[in-house]
Amino acid sequence: MIIHHPLLGPRDASEFVYLGDASLMNRPNPKSETAAEDFHRYQYLRDNPVGQHRELWYHEQGDRSWLVVTRNTLTHDITKVELARDVARSQK
Amino acid sequence: MGYSAFRIFKEAVTGHKGWKPVWRKAEPLAEYDIIIIGGGGHGLATAHYLASKFDQKRIAVLEKGWIGGGNVGRNTTIIRSNYMLHENEAFYEFSLKLWEGLEQDVNYNAMVSQRGVLNLYHTDPQRDAYIRRGNAMMLNGADAKLLDAEGVRKMYPFLNFDDARFPIRGGLLQPRGGTVRHDAVAWGYAHAADKRGVDIIENCEVTAFDIQNGKCTGVQTTRGPIGAKKVGVAVAGNSGRVMAMAGMRLPIESHVLQAFVSEGLKPLLDGVITYGAGHFYVSQSDKGGLVFGGDIDGYNSYAQRGNLPVVEDVCEGGMSVMPMIGKARMLRMWGGIMDMSMDGSPIIDKTHIDGLYFNGGWCYGGFKATPASGYSFAHLLATDTYHDTAKAYRLDRFSRGYMIDEKGQGAQPNLH
Repeated sequence: MIIHHPLLGPRDASEFVYLGDASLMNRPNPKSETAAEDFHRYQYLRDNPVGQHRELWYHEQGDRSWLVVTRNTLTHDITKVELARDVARSQK
Repeated sequence: MGYSAFRIFKEAVTGHKGWKPVWRKAEPLAEYDIIIIGGGGHGLATAHYLASKFDQKRIAVLEKGWIGGGNVGRNTTIIRSNYMLHENEAFYEFSLKLWEGLEQDVNYNAMVSQRGVLNLYHTDPQRDAYIRRGNAMMLNGADAKLLDAEGVRKMYPFLNFDDARFPIRGGLLQPRGGTVRHDAVAWGYAHAADKRGVDIIENCEVTAFDIQNGKCTGVQTTRGPIGAKKVGVAVAGNSGRVMAMAGMRLPIESHVLQAFVSEGLKPLLDGVITYGAGHFYVSQSDKGGLVFGGDIDGYNSYAQRGNLPVVEDVCEGGMSVMPMIGKARMLRMWGGIMDMSMDGSPIIDKTHIDGLYFNGGWCYGGFKATPASGYSFAHLLATDTYHDTAKAYRLDRFSRGYMIDEKGQGAQPNLH
């Protein structure tokens, strides 16, 4: 798989480390009353979809940036690559 | 129809005209007592034990494709019970015992071959870890034997003993481990279940669950609606997808694992070897091909095919431990989809929906578990209580903090 890094261009996926679903960026509020249940859901439960999947890849053997990659889990086609920091900022 | 030496002789002298299909092509009825979704090894084993050990009637197995087309025909056929944690070891040892009696139980030749599984170690700390694991195995009634380098050399003189980086110092041998002809496992369980009246319905994909007031009363399928008092799901690889139809999210990611076979070679490897300094395991099939594999690709996938970096990694492992493998050509490679769970251990449990039961999360160790998985899932479906060796495999263990994490990796499925 080739991941089109927004800053570095096409890079082989083997340069990256895979973390998982991009929902891991949305850490629950630890002060919430439902924090225990929220963190269980955040840490352990996954949508695990067939098809489009937004996921976190870390460019360990490159510029060490975190990317949000939109990839099809059935075909492995990558349709979108964003810097995770841009995604995080746009959510604020 | 049974199989025996007498039967083979009789068919031989009568022109082999009496062989019948191993199971009926059943048509779905309107309703069953128990429906098993997934006609893989685990689903068929569940149906067999429900009918034979728990005296259940009116059982159907629904399979979206054909029997033997999923992971039961894609794995590397190894059976073993060499785990460390009690929750796993007792279960897998129960499984190994069932393997030992499987062929008589289902009256089918599954070529169960206890040729020994040898885990190599390369450092002193690794030896100590293997001693600890061997002791844990023996405490659960399994067999384990620690070998030094000489002991390994007697078995497999061709290994790369004097590698500068990872010399082979010895190994942990489980003599009762081995291999089983994997698709014969599916056929054997299908044969035995069918003989007891279980309907095995192929080309029948479940498209929805009928759930009313928190109770599951049946399923919608591509071959019409089918009612049921109880529904058991055993579709590892696709668990996330199927349970999403019941509105459930699981502590599971689906990942692709590749496996490989070389061209046919003369007999050279009579057991199973795993490399301790990389992820590589190899055995030789009765046809002569070296069957080997390694790590999962490491990203969510339902594609049943992987990428080349992992192929390279697996072959490097092979070259490192068994350099002569480089002379052989690779014949085939393929992928299967694994339910990678959050602690690397499986789930056999009821769900919060009445009448809906779940079996999955087998990571890439599901094949060796087939008999015990079927037995304990049948136990749960028939009695609504957990089987003794499977009572830790609960869906709520993550929220309760009772993970069964053999490798201590934490909630990172691609590391298990």
